[in-house]
Amino acid sequence: MEQKEFGGKMLDIDEDGFIQDPEDWNEAVAADLAKTEGVEELTENHWKIVHYLRDYYLQYNMAPMIRKLCKQTGFKLKEIYDLFPSGPAKGACKVAGLPKPTGCV
Amino acid sequence: MAKPDEPEFYEKEDLLKVDWKPPTKGWMDVPVDIRPGTYIYPGKAKNLKILDLPNARDWAVTDQDWKLPADWKTTILDGMADRLSKYRSFKLFMDVCVRCGACADKCHFFIGSGDPKNMPVLRAELLRSIYRKDFTALGKVFGKLAGGRELTEDVIKEWFYYFYQCTECRRCSVFCPYGIDTAEITMMGRELLGLLGLYVNWVIEPVANCFMVGNHLGIQPHGLKDTLEFMADDIEEATGIRVDIPINKKGAEILFVTPSGDFVAEPGIFTCMSYMLLFHELGLDYTWSTYASDGGNFGLFTSHETLKRLNAKIYTEAKRLGVKWILGGECGHMWRVIHQYMDTMTGPADFLEVPKSPMTGTVFEHARSTKMIHLMEFTADLIRNNKLKLDPSRNDHITVTFHDSCNPARAMGIFEEPRYVIRSVCNNFVEMPENTIREQTFCCGGGAGLGTDENMEMRLRGGMPRGNAVRYVQEQHGVNQMAAMCAIDRATLTTVADYWAPGVKVTGISELVANAMIFTGEKKRTENLRLEPIPGVAEDDEVEAPSDE
Repeated sequence: MEQKEFGGKMLDIDEDGFIQDPEDWNEAVAADLAKTEGVEELTENHWKIVHYLRDYYLQYNMAPMIRKLCKQTGFKLKEIYDLFPSGPAKGACKVAGLPKPTGCV
Repeated sequence: MAKPDEPEFYEKEDLLKVDWKPPTKGWMDVPVDIRPGTYIYPGKAKNLKILDLPNARDWAVTDQDWKLPADWKTTILDGMADRLSKYRSFKLFMDVCVRCGACADKCHFFIGSGDPKNMPVLRAELLRSIYRKDFTALGKVFGKLAGGRELTEDVIKEWFYYFYQCTECRRCSVFCPYGIDTAEITMMGRELLGLLGLYVNWVIEPVANCFMVGNHLGIQPHGLKDTLEFMADDIEEATGIRVDIPINKKGAEILFVTPSGDFVAEPGIFTCMSYMLLFHELGLDYTWSTYASDGGNFGLFTSHETLKRLNAKIYTEAKRLGVKWILGGECGHMWRVIHQYMDTMTGPADFLEVPKSPMTGTVFEHARSTKMIHLMEFTADLIRNNKLKLDPSRNDHITVTFHDSCNPARAMGIFEEPRYVIRSVCNNFVEMPENTIREQTFCCGGGAGLGTDENMEMRLRGGMPRGNAVRYVQEQHGVNQMAAMCAIDRATLTTVADYWAPGVKVTGISELVANAMIFTGEKKRTENLRLEPIPGVAEDDEVEAPSDE
């Protein structure tokens, strides 16, 4: 499995650059993950989304539905795309250290 | 700059430059060309371990060395011998093809790619050539002259590539004079690959999740509860009605099972909200299950063994909860499993009762063995017996067409019920051309575990015939929505429609029903279940036009 340095640690990543062990995540890792998404600096708005996703994941072991993410953070979907160009699932979830979802989605 | 896993990466003009002329070189002499956008990532070791599958390791499709076990050749040949003796259909399909070619141009992947190995006849030939060489007298003696070829690692790579470029949709089988079921051939190909630990992650992770947690997405019980409660909030916002959420309720009359895509992905979640509203209005004594929390069964795309393991969970849970019968939601491949495998694989479910609608008294005799009926059968019966108060004019801003999902259509033959339901709740319904609907329906291009983004080029190519038909009714009749009763459709047709027929939105049928239904105690309905203003109604209240998100 491919490895790449994030936040000063060598971490396993999948083909799309998602980190494989959510336990490895911290804010420094997030900042480096964001760079792979073309986000050079994480602003307060970025962090609001990342922390919401992270907290939800720790509680439920899954990503929230996008609709819930928008409602709870107060961002419109378009605004999330402005912040994370690959969107909530492939962009924001990746930065928050969540695994990529699979199935009928 | 778009990437190969994004639709924007592909120019329509490039994808439409398809050359269907047969190549001059023989197919056995053309090695497989694996390029980004057309293959799926391999199954991760952790998922194989959960399922006790062999040769769990991490590898990449683009690697030269796929880390096959040392005795891989024997494993495949023994595996073939075993299956040829166990499955009469497999043996028959290997023997009976006369290569007439009737199937060739019926496959959406061949139409969209022009790759000869996507002709169903040639896809089967990938396996059949090994069968000829090693299992027929003629092939053993005459080899290539008798259509046989040597089993090599390149053959295995070719199998992996092309058996994951078949959506097991069975359109080709409709046209085969012998009725060869190419899906069963692909299933055999995938089973054999599985003996070497060759799976795609988009299939095997859902299988592992479903086996371990109860659904493909790995949603745990408290996560499902939270999700359904969130939906109940949105339902209340749109309708003023607070629905109950019965979960794991012992002694309920009905167990309701739907694909887990309906829990998280748009537009599936609106379909799910619609189920909840319908059941609430009826006062149905039903329950969700957190263990049987997926109607979908990606085991079907893996092997008979995993198929059986996942299917059995639904019935085990029905028994544990003590329900009378099972109602299935708007899922596609679930019905291939229920109608064509369940009975001899898991059944008979003689601890359950023959489904009987508590509202109309209708007994669904055809489900005497499986004890499970489709929501559209249930809903059509409700409408037929005047049990729903409907105002179809609420859907007047919609001109809808209906995409027959491959499995409900070809594996179940449910053509009339969904159309009857749609016509009852929408005044503007338009059919796509007749060679693209009913038993001839074109696949979404993302079924059988192919609906992942790294496979985007093949999804767009395979989705082109369907997209083309949608575009036709869009241009001719102003169609702006396409209904489908399958979660894979709701997920992947959205991409197909956005690409080939932009402006056409995808919806579940139940969503159209719920938006037309008049509920007891509802508030003035100004927003639909997506919380978008309903045109015509909303304008009276000077609400902004719906944003196009």
